[in-house]
Amino acid sequence: MDERLAAILESFEGQGHELIPLLQQVQREFGYLRQEDMREVARFCRVPESQVYAVATFYAQFRFRPIGRKHIMVCRGTACHVRGAPRILQELEKQLGIKEGETTADLEHSLETVACIGACGLSPCVMINNRVEARLTPKKVAETLRKAGGNA
Amino acid sequence: MLSFSDLQQRARAAWQASQDGRRARILVGTATCGRSAGALEVIESMQQRLADRQLDARISEVGCIGLCYAEPLVAVFLPSQPGIVYGNVTPPLAEKLVDGCLLRNDPPAGALGTLGPGNVDGIPPLFDTPVLKHQVRRVLRNCGFIDPAQIDHYLAHDGYTGMVKALAWSPEEIIAEMQRSGLRGRGGAGFPTWRKWQFCKDAKGTPKYLICNADEGDPGAFMNRSLLEGDPHALLEGMLVAGRALGASHGYIYCRAEYPLALERLRVAIGQAEACGLLGKNVLGSGFDFHIHIKEGAGAFVCGEETALIASIEGRRGTPRPRPPFPAVSGLWGKPTVINNVETLACAAMILQRGADWFAEYGTESSKGTKTFALVGKVKRTGLVEVPLGTTLRQIVFDIGGGVLDDKPFKAVQTGGPSGGCIPCELLDTPVDYDALRAAGSIMGSGGLVVMDDSTCMVDFARYFLDFAQKESCGACVPCRLGTRQMLTILEDITAGEGKPEDIDLLSELAEGVQKGSLCGLGQTAPNPVLTTLRYFRDEYEAHVLRQKCPAGNCRALIEFTILSHLCRGCGLCRRDCPLDAIRGERKQPHVIDALICSRCGLCRETCRFDAVTLVQEDERG
Repeated sequence: MDERLAAILESFEGQGHELIPLLQQVQREFGYLRQEDMREVARFCRVPESQVYAVATFYAQFRFRPIGRKHIMVCRGTACHVRGAPRILQELEKQLGIKEGETTADLEHSLETVACIGACGLSPCVMINNRVEARLTPKKVAETLRKAGGNA
Repeated sequence: MLSFSDLQQRARAAWQASQDGRRARILVGTATCGRSAGALEVIESMQQRLADRQLDARISEVGCIGLCYAEPLVAVFLPSQPGIVYGNVTPPLAEKLVDGCLLRNDPPAGALGTLGPGNVDGIPPLFDTPVLKHQVRRVLRNCGFIDPAQIDHYLAHDGYTGMVKALAWSPEEIIAEMQRSGLRGRGGAGFPTWRKWQFCKDAKGTPKYLICNADEGDPGAFMNRSLLEGDPHALLEGMLVAGRALGASHGYIYCRAEYPLALERLRVAIGQAEACGLLGKNVLGSGFDFHIHIKEGAGAFVCGEETALIASIEGRRGTPRPRPPFPAVSGLWGKPTVINNVETLACAAMILQRGADWFAEYGTESSKGTKTFALVGKVKRTGLVEVPLGTTLRQIVFDIGGGVLDDKPFKAVQTGGPSGGCIPCELLDTPVDYDALRAAGSIMGSGGLVVMDDSTCMVDFARYFLDFAQKESCGACVPCRLGTRQMLTILEDITAGEGKPEDIDLLSELAEGVQKGSLCGLGQTAPNPVLTTLRYFRDEYEAHVLRQKCPAGNCRALIEFTILSHLCRGCGLCRRDCPLDAIRGERKQPHVIDALICSRCGLCRETCRFDAVTLVQEDERG
């Protein structure tokens, strides 16, 4: 077993109700949920593998593919929607050359949408690695990506 | 372990020290919204400037006062003078503030208002300005004023006195006080809080559990986030009060992972409260044990539903189950459980601190107290608002919010998120309380108020919410899983210009079926955005279906833009903003849109200051 995974498992008791926090921890460490890790988690929590998969696929937070170094989440909340979020997403897709839910081949950027970031007073906004970029316009997208250190 | 009065004394001393009159103080709002507007950069440049000028001032990070439209916000307090608040502070302005206020004692122009006792010539007290004058800040009283990372600041403002009272009272007395206050759940449905507590307390089975729903799933709402980030101890105190009333010794906070700062502040607050003996085993030596655990939500709107939330805490897929039994009888691990919203619990703490009569001073017959709202969308002054229940929508949107952005015509305000509805101009005088909003076809919800102007297409807006509901439907019951899908397909057809006349009736019929047949609140309320727009904006649906026209100019398949040459000044703003470079024209010459390149996003129309960009009317289109 991967050492890092073993270290994570050690901090839990192996009970079924720990499944979600455990998967969150694993994803935090590896960026996504690998098949072999989910198997280990199932064994550790003494639940069927199907249950781990069922839980992991139910919640929007969990991913099954590696994530880019810059994780861009476009808010599709109501306030952002009425103030032009669809155009921001469109512009990001254009600039990064990927669609919502995809990651660039060089693993630099991942583009996702999220139900609401909660910065509605400054809409439209996106979150890049836990940092909220607010009051965006399609024209500001390029600069925002540059500021985030991207090479797009 | 210190006694409570020792704790209070220590806290007051710490607060006094932080207010020390001899040293200048600078408060910067660094909640998520402040940070996203650049508050941390502002702090950096102020620190640099202070060092360069060899000036002494204490910079404190505080929560959000709720004036989102003016973020980042900075308040400068000179010794024994009122604070002066500035909005939209940029790093260069921050340097000017340091020089102006601290070096020359000559505050730069453009201040929003003053804080605290005393006057400054030419600057109104902040709480007398229109945005705050109509508000009653109770739940939000500490947000933006205290340092949320310091328990002493909370304690110095009567913090935890409600809990101390709860420890002295019997559970029956606490519940009776809640009943007298008239507090109803702030999460949306408005169930009387005391009754929920009573059911749970009386239910057979131990232990009992308390859960705080801090998942705030409604898109367009951030009241709970602001409270958690700005005054986390208010929630902890409310949970202690509830725990004491229920006889619970464990409480869970279910908070969404998208709120990293709120989670961090909660963890800090829990650690501090435990260290002070206000939380954990044997609270203040009373024999009452209460532990608070944080559960991070993993991103599922349906987990706002009580039984789904419980399933999620138990480590399962967040799918609801039929009720009864209600969670108050059989909830977490099959034990009696109360689930309350963040604001409800913060209110409970206040009620114990100040009394039920004080709480019920404001409000209407059936809806007591104040309520926080997130006022967002096409409104001038977006932000966090707290008003007495019964305030009208007009007062909130126009008096507090300053009216529609760019003075465009008001079209509707959406309340209650995906479970709510759109309220049109004619009903702007509806008082905001649980019952009046329900009568208008919407719900109070957790407090999102999204304002729309005439460029929002109501059919597309309904489509947006159905898209949301359909994606978030857990799939457990057929009416919701397939019904929302069918409704969405119809709405997609209509907005794509492929709607058929019979679609409108079919939509209403489906909506009724989904409402009646769904298992939980998500499905039962998912049709509300469609039903209210059908009720108040049916003409827009008909325009799409019968005349292939989108009156708001939003649905791309049904519109075309043109620039009126007699109004265009050739300023070039639209040309620069166009994402596809579809606009051409020389400077100071009328511009033109290349219809072949144009994606009809409408940005040019929003950008134009001369109303020169308009929709091509249907009969003109070639």
